[in-house]
Amino acid sequence: MNILQLLNMMPGAVGQGLIWGIMAIGVYITYRILDIADLTVDGTIATGGCVAVILITRFGWNPWAAMLIAFGAGMLAGLVTGVLHSVMGIPAILAGILTQLAQYSIDLRIMTDPVTLHSRANVSINLRKFPVALSSSKVLTAALDNPIWLMLLVTVAVIALMYWFFGTEYGCALRAVGANGQMARAQGINTSLGKVVGLMLSNGLVAFSGALLSQYQGFADVQMGRGAIVIGLAAVIIGEVIFGRLFRNFGLKLLAVSLGAIIYYMVIQIVLWLGLTTDDLKMLTALVVAVFLSVPNIKNRLLRGKGAKARA
Amino acid sequence: MLEIEHVFKTFNPGTITEKRALTDISLHLAPGDFVTVIGGNGAGKSTMLNAVAGTFPVDGGSIRIAGKDVTRLPEYRRAALLGRVFQDPMTGTAATMNLEENMALALRRGQRRTLRWGIGASERARYREALSTLELGLEDRMSSKVGLLSGGQRQALTLLMATLKKPELLLLDEHTAALDPKTAEKVLNLTQKLITEQGLTALMVTHNMRDALALGNRTIMMHEGRIILDLDAETKKKMTVEDLLARFGRISGKTLDNDRMLLA
Repeated sequence: MNILQLLNMMPGAVGQGLIWGIMAIGVYITYRILDIADLTVDGTIATGGCVAVILITRFGWNPWAAMLIAFGAGMLAGLVTGVLHSVMGIPAILAGILTQLAQYSIDLRIMTDPVTLHSRANVSINLRKFPVALSSSKVLTAALDNPIWLMLLVTVAVIALMYWFFGTEYGCALRAVGANGQMARAQGINTSLGKVVGLMLSNGLVAFSGALLSQYQGFADVQMGRGAIVIGLAAVIIGEVIFGRLFRNFGLKLLAVSLGAIIYYMVIQIVLWLGLTTDDLKMLTALVVAVFLSVPNIKNRLLRGKGAKARA
Repeated sequence: MLEIEHVFKTFNPGTITEKRALTDISLHLAPGDFVTVIGGNGAGKSTMLNAVAGTFPVDGGSIRIAGKDVTRLPEYRRAALLGRVFQDPMTGTAATMNLEENMALALRRGQRRTLRWGIGASERARYREALSTLELGLEDRMSSKVGLLSGGQRQALTLLMATLKKPELLLLDEHTAALDPKTAEKVLNLTQKLITEQGLTALMVTHNMRDALALGNRTIMMHEGRIILDLDAETKKKMTVEDLLARFGRISGKTLDNDRMLLA
């Protein structure tokens, strides 16, 4: 095992972690702030990637304009889940699964070859023909076009925007929707609409992250979002476990999510370096999230057991 | 201030758990009225309050608050007119948000929420002053999460939040029932103080008959979804808990089936 090889893998892990960190901030908004487990994200990250790649390669769009549209497409997906949940009364998890399933067909439509009309699961960007905002091929360079610089900037901007938004009157109201729906309604807050808005914002960010990811890796794939929610949760939980005691401020909590995603990808690189293959990663991710989600519960149970003994 | 006209409500109609909760309820409150509501378990006291608050749509009849027909308005729209305190101290506040954030949410009750900053620069002094009137030391804990407060503190805060922006009608749903007797008394005193100072119109459900007679200028008794007794201020003054129980027995043909109430 060559340690230099591992070190060489780290910049890539940071780049990927920063991109998935944006997505994980989206997950944080639904999972932690709104208290909804939104499974739409698996579909939304692919939709964001597909929309961006098609706009760039087929229509020759500027990558940033393409990412803006991808953000909008994500918001639309969030709107669908939100309406299914809030208006139609479908449980949030199921609403997300339905949207995500439908998105698969929509992604294939978006990706359909305009000439042959054949459906394509995968479209790559010819980097010599089309400009992209960031590319993994530059991740080992020290130049300014190293995607890590751009992603740092984007991450700071997203965190700053979210910090501002959730500090506004409307943002505070959204936080109340997640914290205590009954209280929110008693204070005149439309909780149904609030959930829809939160889901839209979250999925907008996820799609934006998907658009960044597709450029970074040089292609979009209709499968690229499979298991994304679990990676997002892993980032949220790793960030909380490691930085939870340190970071109290809301902005820092979001930063912890992004750092959680980076740590997640570093760990992934390490286990790959240790000899696991990419085929094993989904299993590993599921295990990590299962363990971290169960730790607080088991800890509580053990503490309660001890308390009972102490009283006896 | 409040006009309830012939309101009906049946839960789970057509099923085995069908429950007629409100039967032809009519009640008028004049501005400044402080009405206490008593009755046994399942009498419809909380259901009546929730019908006013809009927790569920009613089957028939109409509800007007401050002259405004709210019968078809959703709960969050009626909130502009109402201040509410619930039985469970956890219900009225957001545990994961801090005191001043909770109060800022309450101050904006019924207003459009904009993209202005959530707590205005000048508001903190106002919250501090309001909290200091509670004499619980909460004015020094404005940036603490509400989840760290005790049940009594949270209930006092909820009461303060319900009246921070003067409501047309204050709804108190057994708001001291979950508190220990000493804390309950404190919260009750605070309730009376706020209602008197601000001249509020209030509807208070209580299981404590002595409180029901001692507080407010009118008492109504409910039984099986109906209002069976309506006492004005004069009659109330002369009444004892024993008189009230006797009246209940005469009208309903039953003894009051609420253990909590008999003990009070």
